[in-house]
Parts: sequence; structure tokens; C-alpha cells
Amino acid sequence: MFQFCTDPSLLSDTRWMLCYLTSPKHIAFYYSFGTVLGLLAITAPCALMLGFGGAVAMRSKIAPVRWFGRGYTSMVRGIPDIVFFLFMPIAVDQALEWLRHKVICPDWPDPVRRGSDFVVCAEAKLPLSTSAAWVHDAYSIFLAVLAFSIVFGAFAANVLSGAMTAVPRAQMETAEAYGMSRRQSFWRILVPQMWVYALPGLSNLWQILVKATPLLFLLGITDIVYWARELGGAKTSTFSYPHPDWRLYYFLFLLVFYLALTSVSERLFRRAMVRLSHGQATMAGEAQRKADTNEVTA
Amino acid sequence: MKTVLIASAALALTAAAALAQDVVRMGTEGAYPPFNFIDDATGEVAGFDIDVGNEACSRAELNCEWVKNDWDSIIPNLVSGNFDTIMAGMSITPERDAVIDFTQNYLPPEPSAYAALSDDVEIGDAVIAAQTGTIQAGYVVESGATIVEFPTPDDTIAAVKNGEADAVLADKAFLEPFVNEDPDLFFVADDVLLGGGLGVGLRESDTELKIKLDAAIQSMKDDGSLNELIAKWFDERPGF
Amino acid sequence: MSCWQTVQDYGLRAIGLGERLLPTADITLCHQFTLIGSGLIWNVYFGAMALALGFSMSLALALGKASQNPFLRVPADWFIFVFRGSPLFIQFFLAYEAFVLLPRNGIEINLIFVEITAETRWLTRAWAGALVVLFLNTSAYAGEIFYGALRSVPKGDLEAADAYGMTGWIKFRRVTLPCTLRLAWPSYTNEAIFLFHATTLVYFSGFPAWRQQGDALYYAKYFADKTFNPFVPYPIVAAYFICLTLLLIWLFGTLHKRLNRHVAPEARSRLRLRMQLVR
Repeated sequence: MFQFCTDPSLLSDTRWMLCYLTSPKHIAFYYSFGTVLGLLAITAPCALMLGFGGAVAMRSKIAPVRWFGRGYTSMVRGIPDIVFFLFMPIAVDQALEWLRHKVICPDWPDPVRRGSDFVVCAEAKLPLSTSAAWVHDAYSIFLAVLAFSIVFGAFAANVLSGAMTAVPRAQMETAEAYGMSRRQSFWRILVPQMWVYALPGLSNLWQILVKATPLLFLLGITDIVYWARELGGAKTSTFSYPHPDWRLYYFLFLLVFYLALTSVSERLFRRAMVRLSHGQATMAGEAQRKADTNEVTA
Repeated sequence: MKTVLIASAALALTAAAALAQDVVRMGTEGAYPPFNFIDDATGEVAGFDIDVGNEACSRAELNCEWVKNDWDSIIPNLVSGNFDTIMAGMSITPERDAVIDFTQNYLPPEPSAYAALSDDVEIGDAVIAAQTGTIQAGYVVESGATIVEFPTPDDTIAAVKNGEADAVLADKAFLEPFVNEDPDLFFVADDVLLGGGLGVGLRESDTELKIKLDAAIQSMKDDGSLNELIAKWFDERPGF
Repeated sequence: MSCWQTVQDYGLRAIGLGERLLPTADITLCHQFTLIGSGLIWNVYFGAMALALGFSMSLALALGKASQNPFLRVPADWFIFVFRGSPLFIQFFLAYEAFVLLPRNGIEINLIFVEITAETRWLTRAWAGALVVLFLNTSAYAGEIFYGALRSVPKGDLEAADAYGMTGWIKFRRVTLPCTLRLAWPSYTNEAIFLFHATTLVYFSGFPAWRQQGDALYYAKYFADKTFNPFVPYPIVAAYFICLTLLLIWLFGTLHKRLNRHVAPEARSRLRLRMQLVR
């Protein structure tokens, strides 16, 4: 980065540190914070959509759909999420490859699963071994996002279905009295009103999601935990910047990063709650209404 | 003139197709200096394995690309086709040879050494750190000493430094810089010779790639360029 | 080899009894069930110990956070903020790295009369080090739960206690505490379930598995890596954990009934099995 960085072994302490912290490896480390934030940004809406689907499925009139919704939402209750994170990417990968294998090479003589190996024909590989490196990276990120979305979708389904039942029954009855169909009253009355009841749960869920991101490391993504371990480990003179074991400092840095992230998002959610409560038939909404009228009269 | 142009365009097309098809994905760990590690200066993998691999690829006219993979799942990922070769300081052993194929070795058997904080460690009843799934780990288990396994080489060194394990068993070339630069670490006991040297790991079905890489390594042995690389990365190793 | 033989060899493998070497070839379903089941010993150990130790600590934290005295309130606040605001995974890593930095020979503690050496080595081992982290972590989460419940203790109950002339410790032990527990119990049940789930993280963070003695997920990952087939070991872990969760819900439900036995039947709250997100 800086011109004087060509031979780090000759540098003074501050300059050495400056060069060290701007080495390409560190730049990759800083970028990985972007990876984590980007992943959060993709996963959160995906999970919310899956959760909405799950919550709707739970209210379905068709029994098998309802059972599916119940099963989906209660699976995260009994099983640790990390089991899903380890299971999902490899299972989805193998399932997709197996399906492609069945379609693309039906004449393949050997079984796919041989002893301890899982081998599909080269044309069915995902991604194809001829694809560029970024396709491979994108694919593994896609699998990670999928795993996170499915697990957090189940959490979100719990929150949303709770919120749907929390909307006062009278509101729905009024809708029926106005002659709205089931579908209309669902979309026009229930969905707009449920958010205020869902928000505390969703804000909590967001915090859990944020705190689950270090697990990306276990999925083989080169995320911040990966780089913290890699950069922090003791380095001998084989490397340009030899140093003893500094992992403690790197992990302290990650701790501070996460504390900042969670406390900032908590503040943002609190603000959103204030805004959403406006005009709602809840305690907070009532308090706001009173405060407003007081202001007007005073 | 026109025909020439078309012909050259066709040639370019086929060349591009051949290039695209011949991408060989080379799996490595990227955490085992000097064999393979992430270079500070570039942020990419570097090391002995990478130098040998790149040279062999250019001689075999292959388009090679490096892929980082954790050590403990490197063989299953090779077998299932997520990459095509392993060059990760992997020694040729009969157990691995049963699952995957190896080219001829590109480094003669490297002695494994014990490093410890004091030189009076009794290896027989000590706690020995080793990386999971390495020949060293297998050797410690068989020797009857207590093993603590760690997923990365870094962790094994850290375990000895903080006293969790009495000694670490790993390739001597990996341990040497640590022992030379750290006044607390010593080599103890005798070195042991394990495995049949480092080879490029391949799927058993990839005979064509094996022939190409074998030939490339042979030519590097013949003209002495492999010995140059060995001399570049290791101190006083015999070479071929 | 019969399955019974396998159970004898590997049933207690997770705590170091039985066969030394893990199966590497010819892995049967029986191997997977047995080893993963033996790993569950550690999950139960971590979960139960952390809950038992964390219970009083979390009450103390809740009281601290509710206290008027800033010297109690601010530390309790910060403790809860740090442990609830950061990922457990990072806490494990950090704790491990910090524990290994402790002096190798133990810490000399100079008490006025004698000098004792505190052994610190064992903190780098999962059974102690990870337990410390889980204990602190669950204390923070449960502390927040109890704090919330403490603030919702009905005023009438406290006034009734005053009317009976109860003060201080007696009032706390006989009125405030039972009421807090009763209110907090459903959330606390939830926290307990999440804590047991969180124990699966121990061997995936900094803490090494000594002699390959790990928890249920450690062995499941071992089998998934060895057989390259995720469809067997992970469902086995899942099944074990569903049983564990049901057992926990039953246990906490029984305690819930006991806490509510004085409440009029129609006013009794059932332990809500609905999921709450506290973590």
C-alpha cells in the first residue's frame, strides 16, 4: 500500500504496523466484513419471506400444508441451529447434483454413492469444474445463504404467526362485517396490522441472525473469523510480517465489532417501533396518542 | 485472405475452448508454511507446493487454479470432484493410496520431528499434538502416546507453546522456522521418517491428468529445476 | 461385530472409556448411534452445569440491574450487554485465547498469611473453560429475563407483604422471588432449551477435543466427513436433541406446576409451548 513497505523487516515499529495493517491479507480481512454485512442483507429478506410463507402455511385450511407449516416452524425448537448449518449446504449440494445426475447422465453405470464417496458424472457437477473461480465462490455463498434463510425463516415463521394471532379479533370481525373475503381481510387488515406485534420478535430475531454470522466460518466461507484466525496465528520469518500469536487481539476486535453492530441495530429497531406504534391499538400507540393530544392542548 | 482470417478465428475459438476445458483446480490448505500458506504480499496462496504445481502445470500446458480447502475434508472434496488435485504437503501413504491416486513424489520423504518446550520430554508417555488426519497423527496413535488433534497446524504449535501438549509432531520443514526463531522451542527425540514423500493427489479415474503431471514432474526432476525449488524453500534438503 | 459389542466399546467413548481408536472404515449405523449418543453426555453436562451454576448468578445480575446503586447497576448492565450483544462463538474463541495466555505454572496469589498457587491449566480444557463461558453467557441471558420479571411483580403482592410486616430478606425470599420465578419461568424454559442447543458449539470453537472426546455434534461431523454422507449422522443428532428438548420441556413443566400450585386454578398460566426468542 505505502511505498516504504517493500521490505518490512527494516521498518520502524509504527511504520511496520502501518504496513502490516494495510497488507493485502488485511485488506481481504476488511473486505470480509463487507461479506458478512452483505450476507446479512440478503439473508434477512429471504428469511422473512420464508417465514411469512411458513406462517401462512400454518393457518392454511388444507391439513397437509398446515402440518408442513407446523413441522417447519417447530423444527428449530428441538434441533440446534448449527446442526442445520452443517447439514444443509452439503445435503442441498448433494441433492441437486444427484437430481442433475439422474437427468443428465441416466446411462451412468456406477452407483453415485460408493463406500465413502459421492461421485456424480462430470456434467452433473455443481458448479461445473470448468466454471470460473468466482462461480465456485458464489455457489458456496448461495448454499450458506440458503441454510441461513431456511433456519431463520423457521424462526421468523414463529414470530409472524404469533403476530397474526395477536391482531385483535375485532379487527378481523369488522373486516368481515364490511363484506371482505378471507383473502381481502388477510391482505388488507391482518398483514398491515401484524407488523407492530411482530416487530419486537423480529428485532430479536435480527440480533440472533447477527450473532449467528460467525458460524459462516464453519461453512467454509472465508469470513471475518477465518481471517482473524489466519492473521492472528503466530507467523515465522517465512512470512513478510513475522509476529507471535495475536489471535486474542483479533478476536477482541471482532467482539467489539459485534457489540457495535448489535447495539446500533437495537437502537434502530427502537426507533422503528416508535414509528410503527403510531395510531395502533396497543399500549405504546395509546401513549403516543395521549402525548400528542396533550401537546396540542398545551 | 478471408479464409486465413476465418481459419485463425476458428483456431482462436478452439484454443479458447481447450483452455476453458483444461482448468485444473488444485486443492491446497494454505496454512502449512513453507509448503503452502497465504502470502502477506499478495493475499494469495504461495509456497513450495504452489511453485512446483505452477511449474508442472505450465510444462503440462494446463490452466491451473488454486483452491483453498480445510485439511480434514480435503480428500473427500477431491473424490467428489470439487477440485482435481491435492498439493498440500500430502505424503504418499498406502492408506491414502487406497482412496486416491498419487503422482510420483515431488519431494523425497521429509523427516517428521518432535518440538517441545524442554528437551527432557519422554515421548513415550507425553501428550503429543498433531494435525487431524496427518501421517503424524496416525503415527502418534499407533505409538501409544496420548494424542491431541487440532484442525490446523497453527493450533498444534500454539498447544505446545501454552503447555496444553508436551510436544508437537509435524514435518521438520514446518517446525524448523518455529524452533529457530523461538528460544523456548526445542527439537526433542529422534526424527522419524514417515510416508513416501510428497505427491500430487488425484482421483483414481483421472489417469490422463496423472500421466501429464507425472511427465511434468519427471522433466522437472531431470533438468534440476525441482532441486532448485527444493533449495529455495528448504534448508539443506538432499533433493533428487 | 455385533451392535452390543459396539455399544460396549464406544458407549462411553466421549468420556474416554472403551475403545481408543474411533472407527475409520466400515462405519455402521450402530457406530453412529452409539458414538453420537455418547457425545450427548457432554451436551448434558455442559447444559446442566451451566444452568445450575448460572441460576444464582443470573438472579444476582437481575437484582444488580434493578438496583438503585450505580455501583451495582452499571457493572450488571455492562455484563449483560457484553454477553448478550456478542456471538457465543466469538466468546468461546476469545475465552480460549485468553485462557491459554494465563501463566503456565499457575498464578501466585498472595493472601496475607499464606501464598497459594492457583492452577490455571485446566481452564484451557473444554470441560472447564467452555463451561465458564456457557455459565457466564446463560447468566447474562437469564439475568435479563429475571430482570424483566422482577419489574413485573404485581404491586399488590409487594404491598401485601408490607402489610404482613415483612421486610428485607424475608420479603424477598417469600414474595418477590417466587413471584419473579413464576413470571419468568416460561422464558427461562426457553433459555434452557437454547442453552442446551448452544452446547453443540463448544468443540467447533477454539477448544480442542482431547483424545477425540467430543460432544454429539463433534462425532456427527466426524462421521459426515468420513462417510461424506450427511443424511445419516445429522438426523441422528437431530433426533437425540429432539428427545433432549422434550425431556427439558417436561422437566421445566413439572417445576412450573410446582411454582404455580398456590395460584387459583383458573388464573394459573400454562407453560406456553410457543416459541419465544430470547437469544
